[in-house]
Amino acid sequence: MSDLAIRVENLGKQYRIGAPVERYHTLRDSLTGAMTAAKTRLRSAFSTNGSGRSQDGADTIWALKDVSFEVKQGQVLGIIGRNGAGKSTLLKLLARVTDPTEGSAEIRGRVGSLLEVGTGFHPELTGRENIYLNGAILGMKRAEIERKFDEIVAFSEVEQFLDTPVKRYSNGMYLRLAFAVAAHLEPEILVVDEVLAVGDAEFQRKCLGKMSDVAREGRTVLFVSHNMSAILRLTDESLLIDKGHLVLRAPSPRAVDEYMARGFSQLGERTWTANEIPADAAPFRPLALRLRNAQGKVVDTIRSVEPASIEIEYCLDAPLTGLRVGFHLINSRGEHAFTSFDVDDPSQFEQMGMRPAGRYVSRCSLPVDFLNEGRFIVWMNASSYRIRRYFQDEQALTFTVDATGAPGMHWPEPRLGPVRPRLEWKVEAVP
Amino acid sequence: MDTTTATQPELPVTILRPAKGWSAINLGDLWRYRELVYFLSWRDVKVRYKQAALGVAWAVIQPLVTVLVFTFIFGNKANLPVPGPIGYYPLLTMSGLLPWQLFAGALTRSSNSLVHNSNLLTKVYFPRLILPFSSVMAGLVDFGVSFVILLGMMLYYGKWPTWTILWLIPLTLLTVLASLAVGLWLSALNVNYRDVQQAMPFLVTTWMYASPVAYAGDLITGRFSQIVYALNPMAGIIQGYRWALFGGDPPGMLFLISLGVVALLFVTGLYYFKRMERTFADMV
Repeated sequence: MSDLAIRVENLGKQYRIGAPVERYHTLRDSLTGAMTAAKTRLRSAFSTNGSGRSQDGADTIWALKDVSFEVKQGQVLGIIGRNGAGKSTLLKLLARVTDPTEGSAEIRGRVGSLLEVGTGFHPELTGRENIYLNGAILGMKRAEIERKFDEIVAFSEVEQFLDTPVKRYSNGMYLRLAFAVAAHLEPEILVVDEVLAVGDAEFQRKCLGKMSDVAREGRTVLFVSHNMSAILRLTDESLLIDKGHLVLRAPSPRAVDEYMARGFSQLGERTWTANEIPADAAPFRPLALRLRNAQGKVVDTIRSVEPASIEIEYCLDAPLTGLRVGFHLINSRGEHAFTSFDVDDPSQFEQMGMRPAGRYVSRCSLPVDFLNEGRFIVWMNASSYRIRRYFQDEQALTFTVDATGAPGMHWPEPRLGPVRPRLEWKVEAVP
Repeated sequence: MDTTTATQPELPVTILRPAKGWSAINLGDLWRYRELVYFLSWRDVKVRYKQAALGVAWAVIQPLVTVLVFTFIFGNKANLPVPGPIGYYPLLTMSGLLPWQLFAGALTRSSNSLVHNSNLLTKVYFPRLILPFSSVMAGLVDFGVSFVILLGMMLYYGKWPTWTILWLIPLTLLTVLASLAVGLWLSALNVNYRDVQQAMPFLVTTWMYASPVAYAGDLITGRFSQIVYALNPMAGIIQGYRWALFGGDPPGMLFLISLGVVALLFVTGLYYFKRMERTFADMV
């Protein structure tokens, strides 16, 4: 028992739908809001036959239910699941931000949460002042902050701007400073949620390095991410959460595979609704991404020995210069198979230098005898090199490759690597 | 086996479970986070004057201008009576404004403390009581400035304080406690009902005229009026201030009532706050 960092038993969290998102700003809103609130309260008071309050009423939702697990000290545990599956709720409960509705949890040691870096940063205060303030908010003692101050500054690379209000910082500087403070909290249990999605590549490497350091020092890490390759790289074991329930606890490759198998049942097509597209994607507007087999049908499984194509349909609401639309292909072990854009051919890029507004389809043909068997993730990207990234979806689509008939299939051994090319071999007897 | 298990004693164990009703106030937790109170108050003070051209001068301008206006309207035009030991109307109103501004500022800030810091509430754990508490503390800087102004005015009018000035320490403590008591109620209510935010300026203005800031307490006559007047904790506190600074009759009974009202508001406010605390992050 003493080597456990976290023990969670039947943890559950119930939310009232609607209530948490309402915000009152004007007096009229307040009055009407207060009246509706009173009405709802009255209604729920009468509808429960005097039994107090409804536990499973239609206006409530279990964000998390009956979740039990244990984490050993020093373990790096991944938590995966779709958006809204309950991952963040679980982290919030463990970080004591909100109280559970039922069940219990036992936590040994200080929990440092990177739920959102930069919490409590005040734009008017300088970098130096914010280090102290943020450190205190995260639970550090003043002496502790002073001891680590130089280290934090060095890590954040903002020495020259220490006495500038952070509102004048660039986004990257701000993030680096925020992460630096949080990373030096040195808690026994570190909770990381999607921070690696931000910042430039160099900084991301730094963050990942810090996280592995933390893990190597024998601290416990809970790592929530949508980035399957990061999960596979950093964790040995993962929890898969779906619709508030703990579905599976398994070695990460298996959990990731299960997640991909159940997560995206869109059958070879991904479409984006208006609120899934960030405002700064304009004028680029993604419409659909499809996988088609040799017969042109939209499918989620293709054969390695038949041609297939991936098409991206999108709208340009204004002409764009230097646009390239394409994708990275990643397998379920997190290995990068390749990256390809629609204007990789220089002559085509020159010709398409400026794309007028309108509707487009960029279609990529996948050759025969190319991909290995297994699951693949299509990470879509639309950008202008060195200018702007308009849109990206790190998990636009997943699909399966069936390798029946591919080279070497007469041996039932798994072959490593994302590709399975049919290469020419000559065997000669040397006299 | 049990003897060999090396439990690391320095690791605190936290138990999470559904909070039920009155969850005991975790004093140890509050104490551990005492530095956060300091940092948050410091932030409030620092940010308040950071981009103001006149900066900290505002802490001087506000009370001075208020005293001037009150002196002109209530002292000169309305000719309100000034009790003998005080002698001059500007001293009467400044000695009332001193605790009043501390109270009103602390009350306003603490009522909004949870809502304004919702980004903290929803992301990190710390004892929630720290927010209203630190926003009350932030008012003490302005209070210090006002106090120096009052001392200057007293010297100007030739009024020397006596040993009773030491009573200002418990009186100020009581003022802070009073604003915290009401602030606990209003901040927790504000999370669910933003009406509080709307009502705040109105409440503060009304409350000021119900308190002896611009007039002397003995202006209130009649049994009923006096009872209502006494229920306002600021009445006893302000009269206490004037007695501590200028002498005269000590407000014995009135002060005791104020003490009782503050204690009642504080305990119930604490209870309500702790009861609502577990839903702050979900509701704010």
